[in-house]
Amino acid sequence: MSSREKILEAVLQNQPEKKLLPEISILKRDDRDAVPGYMQVMKAIGGSVYLVADLTAVKILINEHFDIAKRVVTSLPELTGDYELLSPTVAPHTYDDIELAVLRGHFGVAENAAVWLTDELMVQRIIPYICQHLAIVITAQSIVPTLHEAYEKIGQAEYGFGAFIGGPSKTADIEQALVLGAHGPLSMTVFILQ
Amino acid sequence: MKQSHNKNHAALAEDFIKDDDHVNWHDGALWYIREKRDIASKQIPEWEALRETASKIKDNVISNLHEYLLQFEANLKKNGIKVYWAADAGEHNAIVYSILREKGIKEMVKSKSMLTEECNLNEYLEERGIEVINSDLGEYIQQIDNEPPSHIVLPCIHKRKEEIGELFHEHLGTEKGLCDPTLLTRVARKHLRNIFLSRRAALTGVNFAVAETGEYVVCTNEGNADMGAHLSEVQIASMGLEKLIPKKMHLAIFLRLLARSATGQPITIYSSHYKKPREGQEMHLILVDAGRTRQLGRPEFRDSLKCIKCGACMNTCPVYRKSGGLSYHNTISGPIGAILAPNLDMKKHADLPYASTLCGSCSNVCPVKINIHEQLYAWRQVIAKEGYAGNAKALSMKAMAWTLSSPGNFAKAGKAGRWFLSNLPFVVNNKFNPWYKQREMPDGSQDSFSEWYNKNNENGKKK
Repeated sequence: MSSREKILEAVLQNQPEKKLLPEISILKRDDRDAVPGYMQVMKAIGGSVYLVADLTAVKILINEHFDIAKRVVTSLPELTGDYELLSPTVAPHTYDDIELAVLRGHFGVAENAAVWLTDELMVQRIIPYICQHLAIVITAQSIVPTLHEAYEKIGQAEYGFGAFIGGPSKTADIEQALVLGAHGPLSMTVFILQ
Repeated sequence: MKQSHNKNHAALAEDFIKDDDHVNWHDGALWYIREKRDIASKQIPEWEALRETASKIKDNVISNLHEYLLQFEANLKKNGIKVYWAADAGEHNAIVYSILREKGIKEMVKSKSMLTEECNLNEYLEERGIEVINSDLGEYIQQIDNEPPSHIVLPCIHKRKEEIGELFHEHLGTEKGLCDPTLLTRVARKHLRNIFLSRRAALTGVNFAVAETGEYVVCTNEGNADMGAHLSEVQIASMGLEKLIPKKMHLAIFLRLLARSATGQPITIYSSHYKKPREGQEMHLILVDAGRTRQLGRPEFRDSLKCIKCGACMNTCPVYRKSGGLSYHNTISGPIGAILAPNLDMKKHADLPYASTLCGSCSNVCPVKINIHEQLYAWRQVIAKEGYAGNAKALSMKAMAWTLSSPGNFAKAGKAGRWFLSNLPFVVNNKFNPWYKQREMPDGSQDSFSEWYNKNNENGKKK
């Protein structure tokens, strides 16, 4: 008998009497204060967040806050006049030297400031992790209050890889001292389009 | 690997508590994390409903595991992920080795996975000429010190920054005496980035696996799982059978609970949903039993399989905080480790269910409401019955059984006890009585409670 069969047989023999799934719709919230709530949490976890009118305002803020003399990449066609458009076909390793990546996110989650991205928006899966600094553009009306609404929104959407990203990479492994910028980006900035 | 197989929890804890200042720091640091968990949980009005729901979802998983495993397997295949089944650690390690060998890969980067620690995967692969590097900073530090992790979320919480600075000096060539956490982290970031960029294979653990969709979720704060996975041509995931959840929407509940319970964060920085290999990449997933089906068959203990590995029970445990994770001589330490370990090897881990005051704090913070302290108590019964309780404990248990078997015996024993305490205190205050270590015995009272009650009741009666 293969291990697969052995394991499955042991599971069948040992699992207790079936119990039903609980109702989970009671856990949802209303979304009245989603935008200010989102901004507050993002700041609290060490990220930056700006409420902006349009992509021109985004560009101005980027030029002000980042070293754009270095390599800046983006997936937004509107920004390619200024920054390099990401290529889906080159080896992911070639993006090791990017200073800033500017990506679009599907939506934000107010309770934890996370943004949902899928590989389609990342162009290459490695981009939001390998860059030194990460900037993400979302719209104000996309922000949902909690993860319950977030998964409802994701629904059965197809992707090969998807991620919630909520802040700059961090570690507190050395004596519980918080350090921003473990292996991923040193900073995360979210631009909320009104 | 540095290990102390021969010492039990009490003896290892004794080594740990020799440095008073350090123990107090360790105690305080973990309690601080527990407090952060409290603050985070109190910001969620429906927190208790979340815990209850999570626990019930896991009840459903445990009782339908067969069906969910088949569904998950079918969906993984549909997504283009290759599936393997491993009955034990040996089989798991052999599978990983065969995947790497087929591709001629000699170096692999690994993100945090307690399961592969449990399987001693690194040692196994190293013996076969494959180098593995742990990329989680805490696990990397533990690896260069040749020591297992002492905490499932904070692997080197028992180490001081000076020790870590010394390790970096030795292994990464930093300046002697450098121990600033930010500077050390920067050095590790640079060093490990080269590792990520040059490794063709990456292995991750699994936090949650969704039966409905055949995807799995990996949670990190550092981004190390993603750095390894997205730069690799071969991605391997190892998971215990119990990591399954039924539907994607259930992730909302578990992700809301996990980081808040673990560190007080609203969510881990990265919650990565891996579903299909990218162009030019292979994905492999290994489902591992290694004792889990046996635990499933133990009605009193099967709820331990609900664990989502947040570490909250460790941070709150007064024994863990004062004795350190390594004193549990098991990959998973603390209260949850003490109810999982006896299932793996009852004789070797017979001491662990006793490494607790049964105060119940672990059960109160557990995000999936495992009755940890009750299981600790239940394991003690099983261990004593199976004859693993140790001679001293077995003898005193027998004496206790005799004492409690009749009121006459109880009165006699009480009288004797009080007489010894008053007249020959050294009979109890000696090194053969471990309870007396670091405690003072009280003065013996003149009367037993019954004697006192009878006397006072007679005096007090005003009939």
